[in-house]
Amino acid sequence: MSLRIVSAALLCLAVTGALAWAVLDRPLPEENLPERVAAAMPESGVDHPVTAVLLNFRSYDTLLEIAVLLLAVVVALALREAQPDRPEQMGLENPLLRAVMAWLLPLILIVAGFLLWAGSYQPGGAFQAGSVLAAAGVLLRLAGVTTAWLDNATLMRAGLALGLLTFLGVGLLVMIPGVPFLTYPLEYAGTLILLIELTLTLSIGLTLISLFRLTPPYADDPDEAREQQGKTP
Amino acid sequence: MPWLDLLLGLTLVVTAGMALAARDMFRAVVMFIVFGLLVALAWVRLQAPDIALAEAAIGAGLTGVLLLDTLGYLRRPFGSRVDNPEERE
Amino acid sequence: MSSALVFAWSGVLLFGLGLFGFIAHRHLLRRLLAFNIMGSGSFLVLIGLAQDGRGVDHVPHAMVITGIVVAVASTALALVVFRRWYRASGRTDLPEDT
Repeated sequence: MSLRIVSAALLCLAVTGALAWAVLDRPLPEENLPERVAAAMPESGVDHPVTAVLLNFRSYDTLLEIAVLLLAVVVALALREAQPDRPEQMGLENPLLRAVMAWLLPLILIVAGFLLWAGSYQPGGAFQAGSVLAAAGVLLRLAGVTTAWLDNATLMRAGLALGLLTFLGVGLLVMIPGVPFLTYPLEYAGTLILLIELTLTLSIGLTLISLFRLTPPYADDPDEAREQQGKTP
Repeated sequence: MPWLDLLLGLTLVVTAGMALAARDMFRAVVMFIVFGLLVALAWVRLQAPDIALAEAAIGAGLTGVLLLDTLGYLRRPFGSRVDNPEERE
Repeated sequence: MSSALVFAWSGVLLFGLGLFGFIAHRHLLRRLLAFNIMGSGSFLVLIGLAQDGRGVDHVPHAMVITGIVVAVASTALALVVFRRWYRASGRTDLPEDT
């Protein structure tokens, strides 16, 4: 036990030392990235550099990241289906939360929409808006509000895949005139980025919600769950 | 010397240490949420408001809810099959 | 020492601390916390070093935003697997560790 801790401490000290050495001895970068980003901004179709990097200059990264998110959800869903068990009753028995949610939900949705829209010219964007959307879903779930459209398996899966499919579709469509994958034409860049961001927001939100819910969408009947709880206390 | 940043950086390390060293699992998770919020502050100090937004919503908010939810799951009576009761907390 | 460098250094310390916690703890939930702290540390190093003495750099910002979202997805997936494991075995640690 203590030998394990001591060796772990020694190892971590060594790793930290190596990292510290790397920080002290870092080479100066040859490229000046901020300048290159600033120079390329007029071609990006948006006014906010982070959004330009995320969805134009380095859109490959973002595309693959969305694929990773989808993969995580697929694995989570597969785990549920391989060993189906009863959904937990997640609703907190709290009428106040329910009442407040009726006021909060529209506000949260407006904030998500604003963040999405703001992403084209100031801090914000699909990821932030998506996580705010997910927060709304989690709150609804905690309040015990039944969301029938969330329990529709086909609809849910379509929503989960929508972001990646739109991203891929746009990336492939722009290839028709003979330009490389994901190279948006200048005059449509802003619109295409907004379209991708809109679907990404939806998919990211749904991904995080379904990872939280853990249950496969179709096995989520509260009555069935209550009945099952009665059977196996 | 940027004293405010030094203080914040030090607080980050201390909070992370408290999250890792807390005896009670609930305390550990709460310290972790605090840590996430402090990291969001660090992003603001680094002039990265985009990351601060994402960190506050995801790192502190969603991760915190996920972890607390799992804690609730662990606290549910499980029967006699728990091999290491002192670890269940 | 610039303020970016301060956060790079605290990122280094966080990474080391997280690594220690990851190895020393057996409780899988604590390991997940430690792993997330390691992740935050590496994000801080990434941004801190990129911005040290050169002002705001938006390219690593975008990388860290994607990194944070992937981190929460992997945490959530890890929790799904952990709950499965707890449900199946009643344990919060792995038999290999004891």
